[in-house]
Amino acid sequence: MICKLLTGNRAAAWGARLARADYIPAFPITPQTEIIETIAHWIDEGRMDSRMTTLESEHSMITSAGAAVTTGVRTFTATSSQGLLYGMEMIYTVAGWRAPFVLVNVSRALSAPLTLEPDHNDVLAARDSGFLQIHCATCQEVLDSVLLAYRLGEDEKVRLPVIVNLDGFYLSFTREPVEIPDDAKVDQFLPPYNPGETRFRAGDPISHGVAVLGGSQYSYFRYETHLASLNALEIFEEASKEFEELFGRSYQPVESYRTEDAEVIFFMMGSFATKAKDAVDRLRSVGRKVGLLQPRLLRPFPVKAIVRALAGKKGIAVIDQNISLGKGGILYTELCSALYSMADKPVIVSFIGGLGGRDITREEFYEMVAVTMKAIETGEAPPPRLLYSKEELIQMKGLQSIARVEQRKGRGKR
Amino acid sequence: MFRIRFHARGGQGIKTASRILGTAFFLEGYEVQDFPRYGAERRGAPIFAYVRASKNTINERGIINKPDLVIVTDDSLLLLPIAGVLLGVTERTVLLIATDEATELWKKRLNLQGLVLSISTQAAVKGHAGLPLLGAVCVGAAAQLVGVISKSALEEAIHEQLQPLGKVIVEENLAAAMTAYDQIEAYAGCTTEREDPSADSYESPDWIDLPFEDASTSAPYIHAAATTLNVKTGLWRSLRPVIDLQQCNRCALCHIYCPDGVISLDAKGYPQIDYQHCKGCLICLAQCPLHAIDAIPEPRQEGEIS
Repeated sequence: MICKLLTGNRAAAWGARLARADYIPAFPITPQTEIIETIAHWIDEGRMDSRMTTLESEHSMITSAGAAVTTGVRTFTATSSQGLLYGMEMIYTVAGWRAPFVLVNVSRALSAPLTLEPDHNDVLAARDSGFLQIHCATCQEVLDSVLLAYRLGEDEKVRLPVIVNLDGFYLSFTREPVEIPDDAKVDQFLPPYNPGETRFRAGDPISHGVAVLGGSQYSYFRYETHLASLNALEIFEEASKEFEELFGRSYQPVESYRTEDAEVIFFMMGSFATKAKDAVDRLRSVGRKVGLLQPRLLRPFPVKAIVRALAGKKGIAVIDQNISLGKGGILYTELCSALYSMADKPVIVSFIGGLGGRDITREEFYEMVAVTMKAIETGEAPPPRLLYSKEELIQMKGLQSIARVEQRKGRGKR
Repeated sequence: MFRIRFHARGGQGIKTASRILGTAFFLEGYEVQDFPRYGAERRGAPIFAYVRASKNTINERGIINKPDLVIVTDDSLLLLPIAGVLLGVTERTVLLIATDEATELWKKRLNLQGLVLSISTQAAVKGHAGLPLLGAVCVGAAAQLVGVISKSALEEAIHEQLQPLGKVIVEENLAAAMTAYDQIEAYAGCTTEREDPSADSYESPDWIDLPFEDASTSAPYIHAAATTLNVKTGLWRSLRPVIDLQQCNRCALCHIYCPDGVISLDAKGYPQIDYQHCKGCLICLAQCPLHAIDAIPEPRQEGEIS
């Protein structure tokens, strides 16, 4: 084992290398490209024994990944944002094929307006596809999650593809100390993929993803896929136990940080969850009973573990780095449905922040606790709050006034 | 925790510099996080890089709003509001500028209360391409300013980060960094880790409820034509492509390959570069089959930076 400074992207590439991925269909997109560049270098230098093919789009790339894995080769691919959306038809399709491979998504907010910086609307667009989703908060988690993802997706009781998600910039381009496990230990944790009866051979052809009409058979296949996804909760715990024994790091479907005696809990996922952790430590040092609950698995959603962790809590500040336009924060909605039947539910306050990579400051974390404390006192949650300051709006108005001058000048010319 | 912010123009090697500093801290037993931030990758555009180093686990993430040390490799950025060089700079922030103007002048111009240090670009060690190695110079100085990085850790970090680029590049960057390290010895350790204010008292964020505005205001449009002409992207250039028309055979490859469409053909079919908008990516130079395009360091003219 060695410990090195690695970006999230390189950590993802290391995950693919250690998992001995045989086949890598690829297509570049910022901020993901470093992953396939790194793997391409390794293949070129003979350090990784894989076949990489660059496809003409993400749609083809995901098709190729799904097709390859049904022949029994371990498959890895990566994309981001617009690329994930471009391939969305096949995201749903390959999950229906029950083709287990790992797709690393480097989160980047969606157009329009176009941007490069992260939020989670891209990966959440794949929420209902059948792909399992693991959300990472550190570069170490990225590497480890790729290994866990193969164990999870390839398990006979699951057989589904897995998205490992990391935030663009805040993880993808950020270097942190990462422990790179030994090959031999990884081989022990992750033996070669055995597709069993689902394997496709040219000499013994089968059809994947057949057509069904009338709804009844469709219902069967879809619900079976749902049950397979739910199985992943149990398999995740088994796999992570073994992972801990081998590598010394423990991963839960939902991570609790200083929640035991906490009254207010931050509920959020992704790399900014470490900022919440930082705020928890600082608030704890002045006697506030605050904690963090961070779902690592978003699909399947670990409802029971979340209910267990939140029993007896007074208030929850849900921080959504996404927005379902016309509804609000997606995690907020998911959490509310999970807690609906709970007796003595906590007050749940919805915050939407970090859209398009906007920072969430330490003071904003403090303030979210203050707002949630107040909601506990009054027993009533305030309306959802976008983390957006007066100063930001003033800056926006400044830009708009420039645009208006340009508009007038343009009209004058015409 | 040390919080260090770099400001540079794309192509000056600041991402690499921040990684060298991060690696040097790591070799000295620190937990480290380093991170560059930029838009569409491009030479000459303002870019940022951040280094955090601490003896404890680092849970902070992303941009650094309250830096202990700010390093600026291109003094034209100081006058560019979008570069945000002075964001969160207080009297205890150390500002290191690669500049050939007097520090007193910058202190006065920017109304700075804290320590301002300068490092000469003209006197800086130059690389084999004839340009000052500003990234290496700044990282050498920064390593001295934080006071916890030894010369040997700095040397090892440079080797680790630059070794794939070959011996010549390692050696010239080592020379540049070590010279700066020695040059700034009098200020060793003057950048210190800041005590953070208690969570008990903080300035509440000034959140507002965003009002509805109709689509004529709130859709992301630019209500004017040809606005890219107004943006003088030529200012981003650090190297200027120059075409030797004596050698040119009018094959037009430079015109075809220019990603910004700033090489036009005149009536006789000779290429002409629009220097107001050429960003200096030098793809033309790489494409020219006759090697009739050369790159020269960009002359900075008076008033050009404003």
